[in-house]
Amino acid sequence: MDITIIAETRGGGLHPVTAQLVGAASSLGASPTVVCPGGAGGEEACGIAGVGKVLAVTGDCFATYDGGAWAEALDAVAGGDIVIGAATTSGRDICSRIAARRGVSIIQDVTALSPGLNVTHPIYSGKAMQDLTVSGNCVLTLRANTFPPAPSGGSAQLSTVQQSGDVRLAVAEAFARASERLDVADADIIISGGRGMGHPDNFSHLYEVADVIGAAVGASRAAVDTWEEISHSMQVGQTGKTVNPSLYIAVGISGAIQHLAGMRTSKYIVAINKDPEAPIFKVADYGIVSTWEEAIPVLKEELSKLA
Amino acid sequence: MAGIAVLLKQVPDTTARISVSEGRVDESAITSWVTSPYDEYALEVAIQHKEASGASITAITLGPPRADKVLKDAAALGVENLVRVWDDSWESLDSSQVQHALSTVLEGIDADWIYCGKQSADRNQGSTGPGVAERLGLACIVEISDADVSGDSPSFTRSSSTGSERLSPATPILLTFTKTETELRRPNVRGIMMAKKAQIEIVSADIGDAQVQVVSHNPPAEKPEGKKFEGADSVPEVVGLLRDEAKVI
Repeated sequence: MDITIIAETRGGGLHPVTAQLVGAASSLGASPTVVCPGGAGGEEACGIAGVGKVLAVTGDCFATYDGGAWAEALDAVAGGDIVIGAATTSGRDICSRIAARRGVSIIQDVTALSPGLNVTHPIYSGKAMQDLTVSGNCVLTLRANTFPPAPSGGSAQLSTVQQSGDVRLAVAEAFARASERLDVADADIIISGGRGMGHPDNFSHLYEVADVIGAAVGASRAAVDTWEEISHSMQVGQTGKTVNPSLYIAVGISGAIQHLAGMRTSKYIVAINKDPEAPIFKVADYGIVSTWEEAIPVLKEELSKLA
Repeated sequence: MAGIAVLLKQVPDTTARISVSEGRVDESAITSWVTSPYDEYALEVAIQHKEASGASITAITLGPPRADKVLKDAAALGVENLVRVWDDSWESLDSSQVQHALSTVLEGIDADWIYCGKQSADRNQGSTGPGVAERLGLACIVEISDADVSGDSPSFTRSSSTGSERLSPATPILLTFTKTETELRRPNVRGIMMAKKAQIEIVSADIGDAQVQVVSHNPPAEKPEGKKFEGADSVPEVVGLLRDEAKVI
């Protein structure tokens, strides 16, 4: 099976999910070709075990983000019966376009994969799972932190290919992020607050814990809708972000079905809530029945001891 | 002047419980169907755009007769033209078929601006916007979080790796929206009366062959019951478990 992987890049190198994409392709018996947009992370990709070859695609279009131009350039050099990318904002965009260019179907946010081709992905934000079979070629995006990464130790050959696409989107103005804080979509540990925090100012206590363990701070929809100080970009849930971190700490969040849909696949969930009947405890690996006012200072102190 | 098109999808209310019966999600158990939340933000900005520019809006949905409701709801907010794409022989269409049908219908509509949500609240895929753009040969800005459509040169903001970016694109263009800060408008009495009389054009379209077959739907895997502790005094023990048992810190 001939598989091409669209590398997910970050800050000029590879995003860790790229090794997970290679791991998934290897599990299908493939030695995938890894295509690096803008050439970023090419050398790094050669070192992932199981990679067949690496194509560093350099072209003017990679200077800014235009999904149409990127897909045009990448599709021109990418072979493959199956194209696999990461289910990120840009990965979903580029892969949708590559599928449309090829006239094949795309399945996004895949969480399980086996030869056949059998594909599983969540629907209704994880309230149900859908098993599919695909006949013929296709494009897939995979959910991060779901497939085991391929180890290092590869020695694939790197080729540089000059290829651009037609850029039609120009950035009129760029704004730097107001804070250096991690986004929930990128974080391996998330601490989220709900309306139980009582007041938006109290989120500062969550930020203090987050700083100790390098976590991102998230929020429930109830918190985002109640307080304008809590940005929608922090919202975890069906109309916010779906997250899949190693550790998710829910503080003062009751666990509405809308919220659970966005975080229930987190590897470990800790819930802190004063209501012992709160639905969040049903999905928590470790539940602590306590007010946040009592629990958070102790949590911060204990985590500081580890740091 | 060239108009505005909005793609809307009808989905179960996001607070609905989803139950699985005999390997399929039981749609008959869903009592409340709504316009997919991200599509509502796309629609809101499209209406602001119409008010500022004088262009007319065509709302398009692909779905069975119950999906007429999303079109009527859009009409109540001032959308002029309503199109439902459907054929009674259709069941579960794959991404390629949906895009094929919508692109075909959009080719027959004079729209310079195509608005839609970043993904639907049921399938959560996010393929339709960029996929339709590709099939129509259009540029596309995905996951727009803020828009200013008041002037002659509308601009849209998306997030970037270093913060955010504002773009003022050439047309024709396809735009997909995430939740924006904009307050969603509610219909007034006149709008609701107008919507009752609004005509829905029902069209079929070529969809090509299915490449994906649904095998089954399943409930998500149940997590084994966790450990529950009483009081803040238990926090040190939980931190110990996170370190030694879960090994996540």
